[in-house]
Formats: sequence, C-alpha cells, structure tokens
Amino acid sequence: MTFDDFLQAFFSWEILEQAWPILWAGFLNTLVLSAVVVPLGFIGGVILALLSTLRSRWVRWPLIAWVDLFRSLPPLVLLVFVYAGLPFAGLEVSPLTAVAIGFFLNTGAYYGEILRAGIESVPHGQTEAARSTGLTALQALGHVVLPQAVRNVLPDLISNTLEVVKLTSIASVVALPELLFQARQAQSVTYNATPIMAAAVIYFVLLWPVVRLLSRLENRQMAGRR
Amino acid sequence: MPGPILEARGLHKHFGHLHVLKGVDLLVQERELVFVIGPSGSGKSTLLRCLNRLEEPSAGSITVDGIDLLDRRTDINKARQRIGMVFQSFNLYPHMTALGNVALALRKVQGRGRAEAEARAREALDRVHLADRAGHYPGQLSGGQQQRVAIARAIALEPRVMLFDEPTSALDPELVGGVLAAMRELRESGMTMVVVSHEMGFARAAADRVIFMDGGRIVEQGPPAAIFGAPQEERTRAFIGQIERNHA
Ligand SMILES: Nc1ncnc2c1ncn2[C@@H]1O[C@H](COP(=O)(O)OP(=O)(O)OP(=O)(O)O)[C@@H](O)[C@H]1O
Ligand SMILES: [Mg+2]
Repeated sequence: MTFDDFLQAFFSWEILEQAWPILWAGFLNTLVLSAVVVPLGFIGGVILALLSTLRSRWVRWPLIAWVDLFRSLPPLVLLVFVYAGLPFAGLEVSPLTAVAIGFFLNTGAYYGEILRAGIESVPHGQTEAARSTGLTALQALGHVVLPQAVRNVLPDLISNTLEVVKLTSIASVVALPELLFQARQAQSVTYNATPIMAAAVIYFVLLWPVVRLLSRLENRQMAGRR
Repeated sequence: MPGPILEARGLHKHFGHLHVLKGVDLLVQERELVFVIGPSGSGKSTLLRCLNRLEEPSAGSITVDGIDLLDRRTDINKARQRIGMVFQSFNLYPHMTALGNVALALRKVQGRGRAEAEARAREALDRVHLADRAGHYPGQLSGGQQQRVAIARAIALEPRVMLFDEPTSALDPELVGGVLAAMRELRESGMTMVVVSHEMGFARAAADRVIFMDGGRIVEQGPPAAIFGAPQEERTRAFIGQIERNHA
C-alpha cells in the first residue's frame, strides 16, 4: 500500500464531500439521541437515589437487586433483548423506544449509584437543620441535600454522561441512524474508510471539550482536598 | 402567671436496647430561660431533639404552645416553625448565602414571596448584628458568625421557643462571646429558651433555672445560685466540681 493509497482509503476529500450529508444527519441524530437518553437516565438515577434514602428493607433489597442487575448486564445485550426479545412477548418496540428503555435501565442504575454516593456525602445535620425549620423531607432533599450532593459528585456525573454519549453508538445495532450507523452506511456505499474516520473525528471534536472540563474539575477537587 | 409554653411529661427514649431517657418531665414557662447541664451521654441532646421530634420519643407527651406534638393529626412541619433549634455544628447550608439560609424556610415553609422573605431574613440577620454579611457564604464567615446566622435562621420564623444544643462548644474561645451576646439579647426580647450548655458564667447571669441531668433522668433543678452554690445531690456536686476545675 502506497502512501497515496493510504490517504485515499482514510482521508479522501472527495468521499467526505459525498458522504457528508449522511454523516451530518447521523451527527444530528446522535445529538437528539443523547438529548433523550441523558435526561432519561438521569431521571431514572434520581428516582433510584431517592428510593435509596428510604430506610425500609421492602425498598432496599429490591433496589439493590435492580441496580446490580442493570449494572451487570452489558448494555448491548440489554438493548438487543429489549428490541429483539420483547416482540416474542407481543411487545413490538421501535428502535428509539428500545434504546430509550435500555438506557433508562442501564444508565439510570449508574447515575443512581453516583447520586446515592453524593447524597450520602452530605452530613445528616443538613437535613436535620432543614427539617427543624419546618421543611418537609422532600423539600429538605430538594433544596438542601441534592444541590450539595450533585456538587460533590459533579466529576462523576460528567464522566458518566460522557460514557453515555459514547454509548449511544450501540443504537446502530437496532438500525437507528445515528452517527456510527450512518458512517457504516456511507462506508459500504463508497467502499472507503473515510466516513468512519470522519465519524471518529466528529466524536472527538464533540467530546474532547467535555473531557478537558472534566480534567479541570478533577484537578480542582484534588486541590480542594489537599 | 401564664401556663407553660412547653410541657413534656414522662418522656422515654430507647435506641434499640439503650434506654436513654427514663421518664423526663419538663415544664417551661413563657419567657423562661432553662439551662440543662449534665455529663456526656446523660441524654441532654436526645431530650432537646425529642422536643421538636427530630427524635421520636418512645413514650410520653409533649405540648408546645398548646399543640400536642405527638398527635398523629398534628402537622409537624407547621409545629416546628414554633420551635427554633440551634445546633452545636451550626449546620448552615454551605451552598447558600447567609441571606439564603435564613430566607429558605420563610419562602418554602411559610410561602412568602422572595422580596418579603428576604426583607424578613435581613431583619433577622440584623438582630444578630450580621446584616452586613447577608451576601456571604458560610465558608466566608467565622464560626461565631455562622452560629449567629443559624440563630437568625431560627428566629426569622418567629418561634415561641428556642432550643440550643451546645451552641458555643464548637467555637474558638474568642468567638464564644458574640454568640452568647446574641443569645442574651434574644432572651431580653422575651424569647423562651432551653439551652444545653456548660457555659456556667452565662447560666449564672441569665438562666432562670438550671436542670442537672444524669443517666437519662433529671436529678436536680433550681435557680442557678442554688444549683451551682449549694447542690443537694451528690452527683450534682461532683459534676459541678469537675466543670469548675476544668474551667479554672
Ligand atoms: N441515634 C442514636 N442511636 C443510638 N444511640 C444514640 C443515638 N443518639 C444518641 N444515642 C445514645 O444516647 C445516649 C445519650 O446521648 P445524648 O447525645 O443525648 O447525650 P448528651 O447528654 O447530649 O451527651 P453530650 O454531652 O456528649 O452531647 C448516648 O449513650 C448516645 O450514645
Ligand atoms: Mg449532646
């Protein structure tokens, strides 16, 4: 393979121009998908974290089982099960619905554990002070505990969000036309790796600023602890 | 003489097998300042925390300002506005300014609008001489200032009784005076107060009554001069002797 062959296979401007509309559509879908699954997973996480503040063992054991289950299952397996398995139970779901359900279960479990750690990092005296002024348990949680909890685990939340956005690429297996799926389409039509290369670059450009931000936050927290 | 504003009878508290309060009766008259002293683990904090139901008593009755606190039908969140509490570790909300700390319950519990809540919060801060620190976060305030903000947070709700659990024992000695001064002013304004503290000087000067607790019971009570000067019970004598040695 000559250098020119290499350039032609991975960095062809011509191919890129040809594939760009397909890639762009895929990129937009990835954004939309992220905008759906991140809040969904986060809400799932908040629900799990709130449930974990209840002392009752009728809540605690099912909760532990739930979180363990969905942290153990590979997300890809979960997604394929929801998409291809549920129809056997008479439940047809669209690709987007399948992805939404899968991420709600998987990502929710992770966000839930992070938020739970955050809630536990807030001293109990905060809740007591809030309750002593007449705030309800829920108000104390919402106004006093959660804001501090989120701040305490912000790097973990951002890190998880980063993983979630990357993970949206598994939606390609249920033919949801997000960035990776579109790149593979373009690659198979053009017989060229340039679209895949371009998709990788787009992911990098999208996520690298977040990675930088995360590093800075982590360093700041380190410095704060010292 | 008006009736008691706070009336606790036959209070018991168990933590599992641990019997921490063993039948405590406490009557507090309006405008009275009651001091509670006693060795570590004698149940002082538990008693105080039962009085606003941060801790659920195992048995007994509590009435505050005519409200039966342990009645199922009582809205405890409403009742708690009449019972201010100040903690040893301040427990200010670190993500809110002093003003935000004081205004939170005014807004969320009493349902006041932002402007009115903040105006009242400023008044409360002014009463503890911290109006100029309204915009500061707890991390930017000294321990003494933080405790005074915590007092403002409680008094802003216009409680009928204030409970203090060792309000000065987490403070550097030079910061104690400011908090005690704020408490004294509060007392002069007519506030009913129950104070757990070992600040003997303050007790002598300001308390109407001193209660000595040991082993989950009230052992002895009376005017400060009597309790400190001529305690009747051996245990009281031993405890006061020990404190005076520690402070000498
Ligand atoms: N939540 C709890 N669970 C179990 N035991 C508790 C709890 N809170 C208090 N206790 C126990 O109850 C007893 C009384 O505690 P309390 O805090 O009321 O004492 P105190 O008189 O305030 O002591 P100190 O002067 O050290 O503050 C102690 O033995 C303590 O360990
Ligand atoms: Mg105590």
